[in-house]
Amino acid sequence: MSEERYAIECKGITKSFGSVVANDHVDLKVKRGEILALLGENGSGKTTLMNMLSGIYHPDEGTIFINGKETVINSPTDADALGIGMIHQHFKLVEVHNAMDNIILGGKEKYFNRKELRNKILSISEKFGLEVEPEKKVYDMSVSEKQTLEIMKVLYRGADILILDEPTAVLTPQETQRLFAILRKMRAEGSAIIIITHKLNEVMEISDRVTILRKGKSVNTVVTRESTESRLTELMVGRPVSLSIERAVVKEKKKLLEVYHLSVKRQDGSIALNDVSFDICSGEILGIAGVAGSGQKELCEVLAGLQPVEKGAVLYDKENIIGKTPAEIISLGISMSFVPEDRLGMGLVASMGMTDNMLLKCYRDSKGPFIDRKPAKKLAEELIKKLDIQTPGTETPVRLLSGGNVQKVLLGREIQSVPNVLITAYPVRGLDIHSSYTIYDLLNEQKKKNTAVIFIGEDLDVLLQLADRIMVLCHGEVTGIVNAESTSKETIGWMMSGKKEVESVAGTIH
Amino acid sequence: MIVKFLVAAVLAGTPLLFGTLGEILNERAGHLNLGVEGMMSLGATAGFIVGYKTDNFVLALLAAFAAGAFGALIYAVLTVMLMANQNVSGLTLTIFGIGLSNFIGFYYVGKSAEGTLKLPERITAQMRSVHIPVLSDLPVAGELFFSYNPFVYLGIITAVVLGFYLFRTNAGLNIRAVGENPAAADAAGIHVTKLKYLNIMAGGGICGIGGAYTGMITNGGVWISDCVGGLGWIAVALVIFASWKPVKAVFGSLVFGAFRILKYYVVKDIIPIPDAFFDMLPFLVTALVLVATSMRQSRENNQPAGCGINYFREER
Repeated sequence: MSEERYAIECKGITKSFGSVVANDHVDLKVKRGEILALLGENGSGKTTLMNMLSGIYHPDEGTIFINGKETVINSPTDADALGIGMIHQHFKLVEVHNAMDNIILGGKEKYFNRKELRNKILSISEKFGLEVEPEKKVYDMSVSEKQTLEIMKVLYRGADILILDEPTAVLTPQETQRLFAILRKMRAEGSAIIIITHKLNEVMEISDRVTILRKGKSVNTVVTRESTESRLTELMVGRPVSLSIERAVVKEKKKLLEVYHLSVKRQDGSIALNDVSFDICSGEILGIAGVAGSGQKELCEVLAGLQPVEKGAVLYDKENIIGKTPAEIISLGISMSFVPEDRLGMGLVASMGMTDNMLLKCYRDSKGPFIDRKPAKKLAEELIKKLDIQTPGTETPVRLLSGGNVQKVLLGREIQSVPNVLITAYPVRGLDIHSSYTIYDLLNEQKKKNTAVIFIGEDLDVLLQLADRIMVLCHGEVTGIVNAESTSKETIGWMMSGKKEVESVAGTIH
Repeated sequence: MIVKFLVAAVLAGTPLLFGTLGEILNERAGHLNLGVEGMMSLGATAGFIVGYKTDNFVLALLAAFAAGAFGALIYAVLTVMLMANQNVSGLTLTIFGIGLSNFIGFYYVGKSAEGTLKLPERITAQMRSVHIPVLSDLPVAGELFFSYNPFVYLGIITAVVLGFYLFRTNAGLNIRAVGENPAAADAAGIHVTKLKYLNIMAGGGICGIGGAYTGMITNGGVWISDCVGGLGWIAVALVIFASWKPVKAVFGSLVFGAFRILKYYVVKDIIPIPDAFFDMLPFLVTALVLVATSMRQSRENNQPAGCGINYFREER
């Protein structure tokens, strides 16, 4: 009876949404005291499978065994009773409540037994090394604190089967290490853990076994130790893929954009940017690293003409663009393209089709009071062909497209205007490996066309490979601008936490 | 004079208090229900007619509650189940409630012999000020605190009970979570839909009792069309003034009650201001309060984050 050792065993799970088969006879097994990584591209059915384990969807076919017993999971409450805890990619927390209220939400403990509840929470924190302050409000928490709270929530309910959906997407390298330490501790306590992630280096680091999904089918399960990153990619994509990012070489460079002593305050009066100075040349990719909320968003918005500044100047080809509206900046002949981090909020109109989204940028070109949709439609069709965008048609609302395709639409539109400066914020956030590399290629292509590219990223490995220089922000201040080829991940990690360049750079120059 | 003014303010504020409490419960459940005026109108009619027919105060109250809850049920079916726009559904409920209320009132007036409807003697007596031995006889304090009709005490008890329910019980924590972030509540195993229905309907019922006050007390037991007269709208604004806290609503209602009756207490010979100005005053102050409170920074005193947005589990 070796099967009883499995905490979860899925056999032949099939789930379709209309005509789309999201899961096609998927098999999956997790033991106690084991971390299983679930790997797959966007749309390969990972989240669908996990939603069935947490009771949100029901499988059309197949059976689920929990602790060796055949089980039907009808609702999140059922999953809860079985000890299955899900940590969603988008946190499910009540922002204005404190940690304690979030933890006990929906539970049976008496609300006014505050002291007892507090002690129970603190004892769990100690056992697993989770740092949770029971009285802290969620809106005062950092992303990593919120995630710790989510883990705390499921542990408090006694979950010993944990499912984490892309938990590291929003964490810094240091925070990721802290999360992994917690997961290892839980593994040692005998929990079964499933982790969904796109990042191969993390799969290699944390998991014991890897199950790979491709187009809704479970293609293989391998022991992590016996595999390599390139082998996993091959299984995931279905063919060998090169994992290195080329760095395009551009000979002729001239200074295009110069930023002097830029200071910006947020609406609540806090300092977003403090005395930031840098420059960028044509044919260069300037990477910007930093913990989320270090002023990246404000910097982008200043350059795009959306954010008022306290002091400082931004010179574009010797002309100060501070105080000009986006339209004025465009009419100066400066073509600056802005790919914001909030793709569907600021970048595109989610409920409009591709054609209409193209029109947003070019409607001024048409003469007379009426809109000419033909050029926009043609442009949309061109992009679909050129960038291999998966969409039913040019009029399908863009919110129905997958993340990678949405990003291609946005980037494609911005590139089409042949910009001199291209600003991108987290362009590959939430994208799988395949789509990410398409985006990197597009950025390199722009660089070769002598565009100055500002790339705000979170994956330091990518920044180091793609960018020419990297500027590091910490609490709105520049802690260093380094040459990407002669620096290391550790150095940048230090600068992200506030150490100035001078202190650490000596060790990296050979 | 000041004591008389305060007593009058309490009385004028009581229907506002019920409306505000009902709406707080709605908004805490994540539903901005603009149908307060309509639910109050339904409560006014039902309370009056049942009181007129049965001559029983308790039955009249129950009928008013049921009528308000019925209006809220229509709203809940539209917005919780059918995902209709909350603002439009609420406005529709207001128009429907006022219309139905006036229609029924008109029908009964037409059937009566004298051409007016007046509540019978026994129920009017039941609704008179409660005389509490010793306490009511105290000088000043007796008149100020212990000289009211049963509605007033019921309103204050409701406010305290609601405050306890929302902030000191598990059920209250659950409904606050539903109003803030239904997805989080859903993931925690809370039955979001059920809680929404229950709280919206209870809120509607409380609004209905506020309506009964305007129908049965304000005009001395005589039926008058449009008896709610815009109080429902002030109640919607008072929810913001009270920052979604039931106990604070008591003070808000008192302040706005004072504005309603100010015209009777300003000596017209000295300050020649037309009555129309005073009639407008509560609404003007409402507008000012809305502007002032929208500048408020604290997140605890803000509208529940999920308010106005219908929850659909499978939405991306």
